[in-house]
Amino acid sequence: MAQAGGFSFDLCKRNEFLEARGMKGPGFTKTGTTIAGVIFKDGVVLGADTRSTAGTTVADKNCEKIHYIAPNIYCCGAGTAADTENVTGMVASQLELHRYATGTQSRVITAMTLLKSHLFRYQGHVSAALVLGGVDFRGPHLFTVYPHGSTDSLPFCTMGSGSLNAMAVFEAGYKDDMSKEEAMELVARAIRSGVMNDLGSGSNVDLCIISKEGVEYKRNHEYLQGKTYERQFPQRFAAGSVPVVRERVYDIRKAVTVVEGEPMEMES
Amino acid sequence: MATALPVRAQVPAAGQATKQHASWSPYDDNGGTVVAVAGDDYCIVAASTRMSTGYSILTRNKSKILRLNPKCVVASAGMQADMETLHKMLHSRHVTYQFNHRRPMSCPATAQLLSNTLYYKRFFPYYTFNLCAGLDDEGRGAVYTYDAIGSYERVGYGCQGSGKELIQPVLDNQLKAASPLVLPQQQWLSSLPLEQAVDLVKGAFVSAGERDIYTGDDVEILIITKDGIRTDSLQLKRD
Repeated sequence: MAQAGGFSFDLCKRNEFLEARGMKGPGFTKTGTTIAGVIFKDGVVLGADTRSTAGTTVADKNCEKIHYIAPNIYCCGAGTAADTENVTGMVASQLELHRYATGTQSRVITAMTLLKSHLFRYQGHVSAALVLGGVDFRGPHLFTVYPHGSTDSLPFCTMGSGSLNAMAVFEAGYKDDMSKEEAMELVARAIRSGVMNDLGSGSNVDLCIISKEGVEYKRNHEYLQGKTYERQFPQRFAAGSVPVVRERVYDIRKAVTVVEGEPMEMES
Repeated sequence: MATALPVRAQVPAAGQATKQHASWSPYDDNGGTVVAVAGDDYCIVAASTRMSTGYSILTRNKSKILRLNPKCVVASAGMQADMETLHKMLHSRHVTYQFNHRRPMSCPATAQLLSNTLYYKRFFPYYTFNLCAGLDDEGRGAVYTYDAIGSYERVGYGCQGSGKELIQPVLDNQLKAASPLVLPQQQWLSSLPLEQAVDLVKGAFVSAGERDIYTGDDVEILIITKDGIRTDSLQLKRD
């Protein structure tokens, strides 16, 4: 039958039928995550943990969740890893072209609008929960973007499976017009509470400080805990732990004479 | 085909929607990993102490090992409520046994009792994954491994719980489990000296703690010899 344009939903029907029969679709790497951000006196601090999980196993112990959007804008991502990486990448690319066309600095609300319109179009199927922060000529901005496309503009915000842990710290410790150091300490503490108390979050703390002066991306700002035990066996001895009792050097040139050889004839 | 509405858009008439089962479940998985290794004259039993549900930690310090007597312990992973009930039941049966027989229950006897107790609830099982470990009547290390409904087997070493997929292959590799099909029959007990076996268990737990979100905080280690039970502990990552 000839198709008269438009979408074909044949595969939707097939997949729904198969799922009703008990088929399991492919799984995704979800970054069960703690991400957070605050506005301080002259900028924004973003923070993220570095654990990425696939079900109950840790897929990556030191992944990057603070994504580049523009030289003055960064974005933390929680949700399906592929979605957060691609959606931030797409917006970064669109903004770069926009800067070439206009020759002006990108605005944070432009990035936010691009993100939310993409996410709304996909009705929540693109599962990216984002904390978007940056500084433009209007000053510092901080937004949360939900997978369905709604957004909030807040002085401090958290996202991901550890969002409640981090928000508890923010609610207890947030003040208006903090210094950079105070804001960094607060965000690090919020992420740390996610790392320690939420099983979906773990490993290290990444920070990103954006101000009018520029960006400080502090990868692994806090390294919380290394391995707690090293194997004792098989036993290893440090070089030099056995004393040399006697040493004797032989000069083999005295015992061996080297004779030049003739090249052998080869048959053609 | 193209003219038909997608299935998603067809709204079922009132009362025609398919019936769904209630989604409540009497079971919960509280995670945790238990390991036991039998030697010629010792047995090592280790269990992580984190108890969790979903993405949250309920406690960082919950023992999963029941010490019945100086020659026999039971370690369980899975659901904490069922573990507690099962351990209480085994404890009470052990007390009764001592009244009747004037001696503690041997490890092989406890192993059979545990199997019976699990199978008794064949159609509403205890959601626990158990190891029974200790010294047998000859003083050799003994480990018994179970499924949730009481199928069991004596092995040289065993591993149960959330970190099983990570640890079991390491133990297989390091302790050389000879297949029972290999001829001539080979010894299945670990011949490692005690110190090296403890080192192996600790190393296995540290690695599982790196990758399994339900294994962490601490490991409780029991070393069972003819002189009694000695305890050791190991801290794991707390994130």
